[in-house]
Amino acid sequence: MTVDRILPTPESRDLIELVRELVAKEVAPRAAADEAAGRFPRELFTLLGSSGLLGLPYPEEHGGGAQPYEVYLQVIEELAAGWLAVGLGLSVHTLSCFPVAAYGDEEQRAALLPAMLGGELLGAYCLSEPQSGSDAAAMTTRAVADEAGFTVDGVKAWTTHGGVADFYTLIARTGQGISCFHVPATAEGLSFGAREKKMGMRSSPTAQVRFDAVRLGRDALVGAEGEGFRIAMAALDGGRLGIAACAVGLAQAAFDAASAYARERRQFGSRIVDFQGVGFMLADMATSIEAARALYLSAARLRDAGRPYGTRAAMAKLFATDACMKVTTDAVQVLGGYGYVEEFPVERYMREAKVLQIVEGTNQIQRLVIGRAVGKGTDL
Amino acid sequence: MNIVVCVKQVPDTATERKLRSDDKTLDRDAADGVVNELDEYAVEEALRLKEAHGGEVTVLTMGPAKATDTIRKALAMGADKAVHLSDDALHGSDALSTSYAMAQALKKIGFDLVILGSESTDARTGVLAAMLAERLGAPQLTLARKVEVDGSAIVIERITDYGYDKVEATLPAVVSVVEKINEPRYPSFKGIMAAKKKPVETLGIADASVDASAVGLAAAYSEVAEFSAAPPRAAGTVVKDEGDGGAKAADFLASKKFI
Repeated sequence: MTVDRILPTPESRDLIELVRELVAKEVAPRAAADEAAGRFPRELFTLLGSSGLLGLPYPEEHGGGAQPYEVYLQVIEELAAGWLAVGLGLSVHTLSCFPVAAYGDEEQRAALLPAMLGGELLGAYCLSEPQSGSDAAAMTTRAVADEAGFTVDGVKAWTTHGGVADFYTLIARTGQGISCFHVPATAEGLSFGAREKKMGMRSSPTAQVRFDAVRLGRDALVGAEGEGFRIAMAALDGGRLGIAACAVGLAQAAFDAASAYARERRQFGSRIVDFQGVGFMLADMATSIEAARALYLSAARLRDAGRPYGTRAAMAKLFATDACMKVTTDAVQVLGGYGYVEEFPVERYMREAKVLQIVEGTNQIQRLVIGRAVGKGTDL
Repeated sequence: MNIVVCVKQVPDTATERKLRSDDKTLDRDAADGVVNELDEYAVEEALRLKEAHGGEVTVLTMGPAKATDTIRKALAMGADKAVHLSDDALHGSDALSTSYAMAQALKKIGFDLVILGSESTDARTGVLAAMLAERLGAPQLTLARKVEVDGSAIVIERITDYGYDKVEATLPAVVSVVEKINEPRYPSFKGIMAAKKKPVETLGIADASVDASAVGLAAAYSEVAEFSAAPPRAAGTVVKDEGDGGAKAADFLASKKFI
């Protein structure tokens, strides 16, 4: 079903039209087969890139689309409704570009951003480690400084696009705390673990990224030394909104499938949607999707207005992904036996939904973020 | 080369399409307007010819105010500028008077090559290219699956039941294309942004030297006498196999001209 959207400009309306056309013709038709085969659709990201979608929320002067988050996130939502791995891939890429765009010096921005935002390169974000997930500050990957630059040793885990990305945004320990680096995929000493065998999103590669005496120049450091943790957390604030938008898109796809089925399926002489037991489930699904959409858009508009939005981003991520898990689970229930088999997409949606409660900060961490803001008594 | 692509906004074939009960014309408000699919192939071919030979691509559309959406899409794909022929007096024009109004606009714009889709998904008369060529005194090269231009010479491959004919002419000419000709590009976001700054000229009938008495519903040579909703699909034909099932099935297919 086409979501009725309020968009701020004629060009953002045309942009959403373009995305819907791409989803209908290029993205959605191959999602099920590529998920079953575990095939990463690199060429789809090339198409998104040539369509100008890989740099939407960044300034035009460096090749971005200069779009507000309000618009960029609705693009993500539309893509995720067609195929979560593509919507989430775009969110991860955009997150990976954030440190250079927001904290890089003018030289770095001019040298790196046109290629990062221009559509040919795909990014990945290296923060988590095998022993350091929610407790990100416990990381052990280390970049040792010398006169010429840095030498990096360590292992990053759960990296989306690990092994297929063209650049890696790395958060690592240095002499002065935690720092952020831009690492090209061609760096010597960089290697990748086997692709994780996941419950869902099997087309999207997730792998360890290993740094074995990787040499980086001084110019690989993004922001000041010791500023990396702050950069990582700021990047995650935006990333959380991306995940919230993914969750709304995925939930919408599940709702569309379930509601279409319920209008068609007849039992006891009636459409099952007309049985209150099913109709109320669908009513709750539709309501939670709409609430989740309103929540991420509200946080996005705060960000677009230059106001603090981290707590709201955490709320949106928490609510939207929990709603998505519930909606996709209920979609399977509405389809009954048909929901549990691969001929229908909803079992895949349910498997895919689970990861959204985990990535970009587990939903327990989101509650921690919100709870801390409550504890401080600051404005939420 | 100065190329003009004619595009038409049509009701989305995925939505329910209706005629208006008052004047029996298409109800353009009842459905979402989209670019006629074959016209996207025409735009693509125009852009490819421009990329190969240089020049300029102008989009021409005739339609109500909301047809600007269609113009914006063609501009976002890469056309350079657009002319929107729009006037209440044009409402209800049939193919013949549409070709007259379009030809007047084309004369005003000037062209080396006019490209359009071979038919629209709404009226499906498929005659506009021929009518335009006649009115413009230019050769018509219709149903092209391939177009090649060399200087002022143009050669197309015209699809036929038996394969294709090679048709040659000299520019200026009118070409209609079929979907085999290319794969239309998607607009890009940069194209969408650039389209905002491209010139769109709106012409009323007076601006295009179109005689008001020769267009519109009153001047139409064809008239919709009456219309009714398509009947629901009738029950199918069951072929019972009594040893001759294959022959009967073949006869049925032959009667429908499938084989």
